[in-house]
Amino acid sequence: MSIRSLTVPELEALSRKVRADILRNIYEAGSGHPGGSLSSVDILLTLFFNEMRHNPGDPKWSMRDRFILSKGHAAPALYTVLAECGYLPESSLHTLRLFSSSLQGHPDALKTPGVEVSSGSLGNGFSVSTGIAAAAKLDGKDIRVYCLLGDGECDEGLVWEAAMLAPHLKLDNLTAVVDRNRLQIDGCTEDVVCLDPLPDKWKAFNWNVLEVDGHSYPQLFQAFGKAKEHKGGPTVIVANTVKGKGVSFMENVAGFHGKPPSKEQLNQALRELEAE
Amino acid sequence: MKATRVAYGEWLAKAGNKYPNIVVVDADLSASTMTRGFADAYPRRFFNVGSAEQNLVSFSAGLALGGKQVFTSSFAIFETGRAWDQIRNVVAHDKLNVALVASHGGFSCAADGASHQALEDIAIMRVIPNMKVVMPCDPEETVNALNAIMETNGPVYMRLRREKEPNLEKSYSYRLGRGEVMRDGGDLTLVTSGMLVLNCLKAAETLKEKGLDARVLNIHTIKPLDEGILVKAAKETGAIVTVEEHQVIGGLGGAVCETLSENSPAPVYRLGVRDVFGQSSRTMDELLELHGLTPEKIAASAENVIKKHG
Repeated sequence: MSIRSLTVPELEALSRKVRADILRNIYEAGSGHPGGSLSSVDILLTLFFNEMRHNPGDPKWSMRDRFILSKGHAAPALYTVLAECGYLPESSLHTLRLFSSSLQGHPDALKTPGVEVSSGSLGNGFSVSTGIAAAAKLDGKDIRVYCLLGDGECDEGLVWEAAMLAPHLKLDNLTAVVDRNRLQIDGCTEDVVCLDPLPDKWKAFNWNVLEVDGHSYPQLFQAFGKAKEHKGGPTVIVANTVKGKGVSFMENVAGFHGKPPSKEQLNQALRELEAE
Repeated sequence: MKATRVAYGEWLAKAGNKYPNIVVVDADLSASTMTRGFADAYPRRFFNVGSAEQNLVSFSAGLALGGKQVFTSSFAIFETGRAWDQIRNVVAHDKLNVALVASHGGFSCAADGASHQALEDIAIMRVIPNMKVVMPCDPEETVNALNAIMETNGPVYMRLRREKEPNLEKSYSYRLGRGEVMRDGGDLTLVTSGMLVLNCLKAAETLKEKGLDARVLNIHTIKPLDEGILVKAAKETGAIVTVEEHQVIGGLGGAVCETLSENSPAPVYRLGVRDVFGQSSRTMDELLELHGLTPEKIAASAENVIKKHG
């Protein structure tokens, strides 16, 4: 079973359903990270439906492109998209964060089909991605490796250790995406520890840097296309996003980084997402 | 006489030919960890990540996910300490085929002082689920352990040393996870591993001159621990003295206490570093002397234990 590419209107409709599912599941779990899950939805849908070569019927297919969620706290978004692809039964989404569930609070490669490596401790997934890309290069294997990082995650020293190595190894099969929603747990990224000029930092580390609106499917398509064409080194897409995207009272609110919605908030959010 | 790290380097250079799947990752210490020979022979399969130990380990994890058997090397203090999170959360959690082979364990870096001496590595590796912990007693056992790693799946931590060591006489064929009787005896058991097996054998000779018969166990695999051989020793010889180039908290001594207190309580005395940091010295012997790990000091401690419990 391979995935059918979706049109932009189809993706937009699906993104509303996915956002609603994410909020329902986090509400049911009683904990989780809605803000950074909502900001990454359009990036994830673009990758899983329109960009990556993969086969939900054969999650370990050796020629699949790899996706690594380095910002592991966006697990609810990844799980929901994996379910839409057919990796997981949609009913399993209701077991998010529950005892003995296959859907752990942060991605667990041993428990969830479609999860390449366990993540949750920030920076690790990105570094792992460079290793996967290097192994593929060594074997002359024609696969691509995609990694989604948070912008707050870029505080981690390991991110820059790996960012230094990937261009040195000329890993042009690697594309990183930074979900630049400008908020982290303690507030605005620029108030916690200034990240700007973030694209320039990646440029200085010898990456091919693209900047897009992370909620615009045409811009995302174009950027992933350019990343594929770029030879000789890795590409990073700094995707400017809105934390809590799609729900008026969650947008750009740091407080929804790791807090589930109340029943009233969930209903309000679902009304907004379903009304569009 | 050969350093265990040299035995590792020579093994890698040969194994690279036999196992095309092996890749090696180092963090700017290839001339000291002895991975340089592999790097020269198989440059495409060698990765130097620079002095960046977190990336050393999680990059290695990625290579393992890409289907490689990875040998990852740095100094014991940095590889285990600076990259503990990557070892725990990625390599060990996901059961990846990454062999963390660290050199300069224990007091190897005598002159370099406290910052470079790995005296807590066994404790912090042992506590991680899925992790195996091995410490070969000589160059020959290093090679045997490396061959055993190729036959097993999942992560391993191996502690090697800098100094030259002789091959010891052994009557067993190496098996990962099995402790070995290096010398039989009934008055007391010295439980040890690594370079200190030799010092314990020497101490047992000294004790023999006094009419005391010490058993010496080589626990080359600290995890999984050979519980049977320890219980047998506790029952047959009464008191136990553990001897390690490590903090007495959490290492071999700790592991032996945990096992015996549950299975066969016996008095256990732990020789090793007693909750202090290391310091510089021109030779390692001064540090071994200070921490009671020379053959003479081990024999004296053992004699006291026998007097007390014998």
